[in-house]
Amino acid sequence: MTEGAIAETGTIPHIAVRDLTMAFGSFVLMHDLTFTINHGDVFIIMGGSGSGKSTLLRHMIGLTEPARGEIFYDATNFTRSSGTERQQILQRIGVLFQSGALWSAMTLAENIGLPLEEYTDLSPAEIRDVASLKLALVGLKGFEDYYPSQISGGMQKRAGLARAMALDPRILFFDEPSAGLDPITARLLDELILELRDSLGTTVVVVTHDLASIFTIGNNSIYLDSDSRTITASGPPNELRAHAQDSKLRSFLTRGGTHNP
Amino acid sequence: MKATVTNQVSFERVGGVLLVSLAGRWQLRRGLASSKVLEKELQGLPRITRVAFDTERLNNWDSSILTFLATVSDVARQRGVPVDPAGLPPGIHRLLDLAEAVPERAGARQEARQVPLLERIGTGTFALAGSAGELLSFVGDMAITLVRLFRMKARYRASDLFLLIQQCGPQALPIVTLISFLVGVILAFVGAVQLKQFGAQIYVANLVGVAMLREMGAMMTAILMAGRTGAAFAAQIGTMKVTQEIDAFTTVGLSPLEFLVLPRTVALILMMPLLCLYADLVGIAGGAAIGVGMLDLSWKTYFQQTVDAVSLTDLAGGVFKSCVYGVLIALAGCLRGLQSGTSSSAVGDAATSAVVTGIVAIIVACGVFAVVFYVLGI
Repeated sequence: MTEGAIAETGTIPHIAVRDLTMAFGSFVLMHDLTFTINHGDVFIIMGGSGSGKSTLLRHMIGLTEPARGEIFYDATNFTRSSGTERQQILQRIGVLFQSGALWSAMTLAENIGLPLEEYTDLSPAEIRDVASLKLALVGLKGFEDYYPSQISGGMQKRAGLARAMALDPRILFFDEPSAGLDPITARLLDELILELRDSLGTTVVVVTHDLASIFTIGNNSIYLDSDSRTITASGPPNELRAHAQDSKLRSFLTRGGTHNP
Repeated sequence: MKATVTNQVSFERVGGVLLVSLAGRWQLRRGLASSKVLEKELQGLPRITRVAFDTERLNNWDSSILTFLATVSDVARQRGVPVDPAGLPPGIHRLLDLAEAVPERAGARQEARQVPLLERIGTGTFALAGSAGELLSFVGDMAITLVRLFRMKARYRASDLFLLIQQCGPQALPIVTLISFLVGVILAFVGAVQLKQFGAQIYVANLVGVAMLREMGAMMTAILMAGRTGAAFAAQIGTMKVTQEIDAFTTVGLSPLEFLVLPRTVALILMMPLLCLYADLVGIAGGAAIGVGMLDLSWKTYFQQTVDAVSLTDLAGGVFKSCVYGVLIALAGCLRGLQSGTSSSAVGDAATSAVVTGIVAIIVACGVFAVVFYVLGI
C-alpha cells in the first residue's frame, strides 16, 4: 500500500468536490457544493429527507453526471476522466446501496466473487475462500450458498457490505446503512465501519440521517439544506451540535429538541 | 330565530353568534354532514360575528366530525368570522389544532394545467427525437458488445446463458406446440373450403407447407416469444433497476449490456431458429390432421405432396427470419427494461412496452422481408 502511504503524507485530499451542481433538467436540486474528504475520515453527508444526499452519492460514484462542477479522487479529475480511468478509480471504491442491491440471480458467495473474478487472478477455490472470509467479517459465516431472497433485509445489507469490501477498497460509500436495521444490528454495523477504518485505513463516506450513527462514527460532515439548496454547515458532527448557529441544523441534530435554547 | 336541521347538525342564531349543535353518533360509514347550510347561514343577515359549538348531545365520534369541523373553520376563516372552539370536547380540539399546526406549503398543490396543442406537439416531437436517439445509441452499444463477444472479450456468466437458453428454448415448447398446431389446422381449413370447390383438396398440403415454412412458423413463434420472453426480459431488467442491481454492476465496472443484454440476445438468437423449425413441423402436422381426418387424403399422399411443394429455400428463408425476429425481441425487451423507471408500475409499463415494441418490430421486419424476398425472387 505504498501508494496510499505517499498520498497520506501529502496535502492532496482523498476526495474533493468542487462547485458541484446537481440538477434534473431545469430543476436544480443542490448547487455549489464544495467539500473535501481526507484519508481515514468517516465522512457523513447529512440532511433531511429529499435534500439530495443519495443523489450526491450517486454523483460521487459516477452513476449520475453533474450539471456543473467536478469531483477529484486524489489528484485525478473523476468527472472529466475517460472510461478506463474511471474504471481504475471505481475499482478502489466499494458501494453499499440502500437496499443492498445484491444480484438476485447469484448466491452470496457468487455476489462477492464476481468483482474478484473480474479484477484478480485468483482461482475459483481461492475466490470462494475470500468470499467466505468477507461473509464471516459481516457475521454471515455459512450463508455462502444462500440466494439474496432467502435471507432477511438486515442480512442482505450486511452481505451487500461484504460485496462492497470484496476488493479491499480504499474508499467505502454507504447509502443509509442503518435504514431498516434493528438498533443492535445498526450499532454492530457502525462498529464494523470504525473497525474497517482503523485496521485497513479505509476512508468511509456515509449518507445518513440516523443521529446515533452520526455522532458515534462521524469525524467530519456536511449538512445539505433543502431550502437554500446547498451546504449550510460542515465540520465534526459533535462540534456542530455544540456550536451550530443555524437553528435548522441544531434542530436536525437534536431531533427538533432545542427550538428555544 | 330559525333552526335548520341536517343529519345530526343544527344551526341556531343567538344574536350575532352562530351556534352549531352537534349531536348523535358521528361515524364515517354513516356518511359526512354537508356544510352547504353553514355557508348559507354565514351569508344570511344579520351578519354573524362568531361561530360557537354545542356538543352536549354528542355521543361518539371519529374523523367524520373532524372533517366537518375542518370545513367549518375553513369556510368561517374565508369569511373572516372567528371560530370559538371552547364548546368542543378536548380530544376534538387537540386534533383540530394538530391538523392546523403546519400551514399549507405554498406551491405544494399541483395544478392541472391545460397544455396548448402546439406545446403538446412540440414536447411530443422532442420526446420522440430523444427516444430515437436512445434507440440508436443502444443499438450502437449492442453492436460494439457483439464485436467484443466475437473477439472473446465480452464478460458474462456462462451459467446465466444456459439458464436463459433453457427458459426461452425448451420451456417454450408446450405453447409453441399448441399455437403452431392450431395455425396449421386453421390454414388447412381456410384452404379446404376454397379448394374443395375445384376438387383440389390435395393442394391443402401445398398451402399449409409453404405458408408455415415461409411466414407463419417464424412469425407465430416470434409473436409468442415477444409476449412470453420479451416481457420477461423487460420485467427482470426493470426490477433490477428498482433494486439498484444495475447500479451495482456499473460501480463494479461490469457493463449491464454485456452482463445482462448480451446473454439474453444470444439465447434468443440460438433458440429462435430451433423453435421455428419445430413450429414448422408441428404446423404441417396440424394441416395433415385436417387433410387426413376431413379431406380423405392418406398420410402418405399428404406427406408426398408437402415434400414436392416446399423447397429448401422456403425453409431457410423462414429460419433466417426467425433469427432476426429473435434479435428484435431481445433488444426490445432489454431496451425497455433498461429504460424502466424505479417504481413497480414503471416495471409493468416496461413489460407492456416491450411486447408492443417487439411485435411492431416483428411485423415491420416481416413486411421488409416480403418486399426484399420478392425483389430477390426467393
